[in-house]
Amino acid sequence: MAQPQPKVYRYGRDINTDLILPARYMMFNEPEDLAKHCMEDLDGDFLPTVRYGDVVVGEENFGSGSSREHAPMALKASGIVAVIASSFARIFFRNAINIGLPVLELPEAVADFRHGDPISLDIEEGIVKNTRSGNTFQAKPYPKEIMDIIRADGLMNLIKQQRIAQG
Amino acid sequence: MGMTRSEHILARSSGKARVAPGDMVVGKADVIMGNDITTSLTVRILDANGITQFADPDKVFIVMSHFVPAKDIASAAMAKTCRDFARQYNIKHYFEAGQGGIEHALLPDEGYVVPGDLVLGADSHSCTYGGVNTFATGIGSTDLAAAWTTGELWLRVPETIKIVFNGVPKSPWVSGKDVVLFLISQLGDDGALYQAQEFHGEGTQHLSVEGRLTIANMAIEGGAKNSIFPCDDKTLAYEAGRAKRDFQGVEADADAAYAAVHEFDISNLEPQVAFPHLPSNCKSVSQAMQEKVAIDQVFIGSCTNAKLEDLRIAAKILDGHQLAKWTRGVVIPASHNIYMQALDEGLISIFAKAGFAVAEGTCGPCLGGYMGVIGAGERMLSTSNRNFKGRTGDVRGETYLASPAVAAASAITGFITDPGEVAPADTAAALTQFTE
Repeated sequence: MAQPQPKVYRYGRDINTDLILPARYMMFNEPEDLAKHCMEDLDGDFLPTVRYGDVVVGEENFGSGSSREHAPMALKASGIVAVIASSFARIFFRNAINIGLPVLELPEAVADFRHGDPISLDIEEGIVKNTRSGNTFQAKPYPKEIMDIIRADGLMNLIKQQRIAQG
Repeated sequence: MGMTRSEHILARSSGKARVAPGDMVVGKADVIMGNDITTSLTVRILDANGITQFADPDKVFIVMSHFVPAKDIASAAMAKTCRDFARQYNIKHYFEAGQGGIEHALLPDEGYVVPGDLVLGADSHSCTYGGVNTFATGIGSTDLAAAWTTGELWLRVPETIKIVFNGVPKSPWVSGKDVVLFLISQLGDDGALYQAQEFHGEGTQHLSVEGRLTIANMAIEGGAKNSIFPCDDKTLAYEAGRAKRDFQGVEADADAAYAAVHEFDISNLEPQVAFPHLPSNCKSVSQAMQEKVAIDQVFIGSCTNAKLEDLRIAAKILDGHQLAKWTRGVVIPASHNIYMQALDEGLISIFAKAGFAVAEGTCGPCLGGYMGVIGAGERMLSTSNRNFKGRTGDVRGETYLASPAVAAASAITGFITDPGEVAPADTAAALTQFTE
């Protein structure tokens, strides 16, 4: 049986980290424990329907609020492979890159996507396609410092590689 | 072209003669702080990566604040993870509940962060320390692990926006909290995204350091990377007897470049109240009073507004009064030292006699932790920093943000209330945050 095509969860602006992962679950550190509560105060349909490969699309100021890395961890562990937004709150952006959850700033794509639209993604190339509308979008390349972290699969791996290189 | 205050600190900490917005720098930090929640995740990350050596263990700060004293068994396990780590590495700057407090009150109040510092904190409100002329910004748990390991972190030099407060509020009830709520309502919840806020003007000069710390605390509510006040006579007086290290403050050059300049006349500003569910959703207290908003719980606490000045003004208003019949109250002084000073000054006794439940040194219900989370259909008036849906308890509850003065006045009447309605103006004149 063919896998269903990855789909988009489309939300509005100011999707803050309290909505992505409420603080009442921050005693937990394991990704799978966090995933059980991802988005539960925002969208009751998220957890029952999310599948690996799906993408969250938000408008301005995605990930605002707390510095909790638990928020991108919960999204990643629930199966979300990327977040596309018109803009990101800066700590969320850093945290997502640091744990290997790609985040793409693409206002034109955000305007094009509706809730449930099928999506195809090429993260390496930064290419996003809305299969419903047929439109394709190209994200700006990351600065070198951020690309180094992504290529190393996270900041801690990069630090370890640098330490080995320095002997 | 000269540099802004933030650029000066980032240049100094990265060993460069000058930096400009957009540059990527690797900054050497003076203080690298985590709390119980973020540190427990950092310990997991360090363990997974086999890291046992830290660049400078004396710069490692672990402040237990969010879910301590443990609110349940899972929190006890989380706290133990931090405690075991601190014991294993004999971390000097480890603060237990009942000795430390909320990190953002503790670190400036006890002189651990000083002007000119680069401070990295694994808590979004780490921007607070900009109130004492530091470059301070929030990071996550992986960044914290990296910064503890290497002593430094990559940072993009932010553009700076210059914010000039002209005039001094005529109302003695207006505090730093009212100014920052007003600012967010003008610039928006992401109005300063990725940017540094730099404060200037007569209103800034006259504002107490505690008031400045409150404004800097909520920089993140406007999306800012950091927020920075001058190192002036008020700062030097504040640091005298506090600073634990020698310091060298920074000032912007006359020809520094700003992405924008925003000037606000705050002389006619009224106390502000942020209605649910965004800090930018502000009304003046006189407008709010017309709506007769009944309050189920008043919370005077958090890193934003539970410092000694905050407690003094709230206690002065509450002195001799009782909470309204169907309004309950929670007071949580922001650190252990502040709690002890409030005890000595008789403030705790005033809160207790008014009918408040008094705790100490934890974030409490601000982030929906414990000691006062709200239920469905309940309204809380809080001196904290965020009124996001569901943050302080049930997703069907509502949180309003205001100053300690408005919180105290509203506790007496049971409705959102202008402090001027219940307390004589000379009360405020004796305690105002705007002084010569």
